[in-house]
Amino acid sequence: MGFFKKIIDGLKKTKEKIGVKLNQLFKRGIYDDDFYDELEFILLSADIGEETTVDIIDELRERMEGDRVSDPEKANRYLRDVLTDILGDEKFEFSSPCVILVSGVNGVGKTTTIGKLANIFTKQGKSVVIAAADTFRAAAGEQLEVWANRAKVRIIKHEEGSDPAAVVFDAISSAKSRGTDVVLVDTAGRLHNKKNLMEELKKIDRVIDREFPEADRKNLIVLDATTGQNAIQQVDIFNEAIDIDGIVLTKLDGTAKGGVVLAIKHDMDIPVYFVGVGESIDDLLEFDAASYVEGII
Amino acid sequence: MAAFANLTDRINHVFAKLRNRGALTELEIKQAMREVRVALLEADVNFSVAKDFINKVTELAVGEEILKSLTPGQQVIKIVNEQLVELLGSTQSKLGVSPKLPTVIMMCGLQGAGKTTMCGKLALYLQKQGKRVLLCADDVYRPAAIKQLEIVANKAKAGFFEMGQKDPTDIAIKAVAYAEKNGYDTVVIDTAGRLHINEELMDELKAIKSAVNVYETLLVVDSMTGQDAVNVAKTFDEQLDITGVIMTKLDGDTRGGATLSIKAVTGKPIKFVGTGEKMEDLEPFHPDRMASRILGMGDVLTLIEKAQTAIDEEQALKLAKKIKESNFDLNDYLEQFEQVAKMGDLNDIVGMIPGASRLKLGDKKVDEAQIKRNKAIIQSMTKEERANPKILNYSRRKRIAKGCGLQVQDVNRLIKQYEQTCDMMKKVTKSKRLPF
Repeated sequence: MGFFKKIIDGLKKTKEKIGVKLNQLFKRGIYDDDFYDELEFILLSADIGEETTVDIIDELRERMEGDRVSDPEKANRYLRDVLTDILGDEKFEFSSPCVILVSGVNGVGKTTTIGKLANIFTKQGKSVVIAAADTFRAAAGEQLEVWANRAKVRIIKHEEGSDPAAVVFDAISSAKSRGTDVVLVDTAGRLHNKKNLMEELKKIDRVIDREFPEADRKNLIVLDATTGQNAIQQVDIFNEAIDIDGIVLTKLDGTAKGGVVLAIKHDMDIPVYFVGVGESIDDLLEFDAASYVEGII
Repeated sequence: MAAFANLTDRINHVFAKLRNRGALTELEIKQAMREVRVALLEADVNFSVAKDFINKVTELAVGEEILKSLTPGQQVIKIVNEQLVELLGSTQSKLGVSPKLPTVIMMCGLQGAGKTTMCGKLALYLQKQGKRVLLCADDVYRPAAIKQLEIVANKAKAGFFEMGQKDPTDIAIKAVAYAEKNGYDTVVIDTAGRLHINEELMDELKAIKSAVNVYETLLVVDSMTGQDAVNVAKTFDEQLDITGVIMTKLDGDTRGGATLSIKAVTGKPIKFVGTGEKMEDLEPFHPDRMASRILGMGDVLTLIEKAQTAIDEEQALKLAKKIKESNFDLNDYLEQFEQVAKMGDLNDIVGMIPGASRLKLGDKKVDEAQIKRNKAIIQSMTKEERANPKILNYSRRKRIAKGCGLQVQDVNRLIKQYEQTCDMMKKVTKSKRLPF
């Protein structure tokens, strides 16, 4: 069970279609230009993007030709290896106290992710406080409160339209006085090309540094698996603003595979830490490259 | 980012060695189409849609005479662009009115596409046309979705109907009855966001649809959606027979290739686009703009149109030329102030150009009062000073400050801003070469 099963279940629909096609492709045992053309289409359909796809194929071709691979089984494994090598196996680790700032564009599932993260850390025996710093979206605070109740953690909330940095300030003060392990900061969704909103995010980031210098810092970006190549720009610009440590890839239980994370890891070396695979509170899992690759091809 | 280099440049590069002034040959087209393919894939157009499109365009382009005024590269772009516009359909932002009132509009789509916000925008849009709109909260799963809809309903000054977390079909039926009784002629139903593989929820939508005689079923799609857009659109269309599509979050820098994929697989019209977080940010769909956006040439037409509210196209072109030639003086700057005021935040506007948002634009926020002051400063200058800002020494600045009733520092600030603007424009034109 766990990651492997859920990911496979989640990705089953598309996997069926693509998996069959891929198997047929490998079974031919002839690794010519037609093979690589077909493989290219399969990778592109997973949102891996043109550039990274070309690199993957070049790498695979080199390894296969170097070892003179002809066995379909082996060829299949070579492809998986190329993909898992790109993704790496970095795990999410932190030391208490820690402030985790969660950002991303609108509608990717930040608030839900915060609720699920709170649940994970509570289960690990950590104390958690949530800072409801999305003071912009209508009823975002209420939504987060529901999640905080489900995860049984404290939440610091101000009125809608108030200064998000002030909410963060209060949450940090509260965490300090109570010796809380983790401060989870929810932020308003912002499109990365909105300069003022990115400045606001930088301000929140600075307030955390200034008010809680002794805390470990983790900045996460939440990406929607249905997003295509624009995710690259999202991570690039958020990273420029607040130094992103890692990615939470949500909505992997749909038919989308979020292959753009391969491009992001490949280009920017930013790893995926968690994946969202469903709507219930336990449906956030630690990322595992091998299972993920198993799921997408 | 090299990957986002302008398609025009890339195709021109393909044709750079060719001095062919006759008809386009198959080989030339093939080479150019490789670039078009990359551009489409980078824009998230579904790969099989891209493949079909390219085959069609290749067929059309081979043998085509090259127009006198164009280079072969431009000719190919022209054909690609025309086909893309045609495929994207026409501007059909009209919503139908049911012969039996109220007209029921059902909004559906994936989680996080922006349905609830779009309900509010649509309500405001319809009310401006004299309709009386009731918003019905039928997303009973997402925490606080009902509350969110209530807030947007208030903002749009539309009616609001909810029954808490009851059966969605029942809620819809009661909402329509409530509308009839209270003189609402339009009901917009906000449904739960879902992943389309969830059959249970899909059935729920079908039940709502058949229970209340839905007249328009609109699919709301995030314009940043990748290859999966075809699956989403196909499934929703098959299950619910949608009547139109609304693309959201087009105020981002996404190229929006999903739009093309959706149009190609469903054949249903794209009706509106969401272009911002404010309630007014709903625009009719323009296939020509979407085409150039998908091709990575920026939503330049939108920029031009926004500019047109202040100045005519000729002036816009003149200005664009000046920017390109770095010939932008304070007279132009003055003109810009009126224009910029109507366009909104310059940073957001420039950010609509794919790739351009990465540029460091500096802090160029403009507010109304500031614009007035800036105009006064420039208007206090002589013609010579406006045309050649370099001559503005301290004594001239002092005189100008007196003339407009402000401080020398204010004059200095304006001149500094002007210089920064020049720098910024140079950067933009250098890296993106606006295709005016």
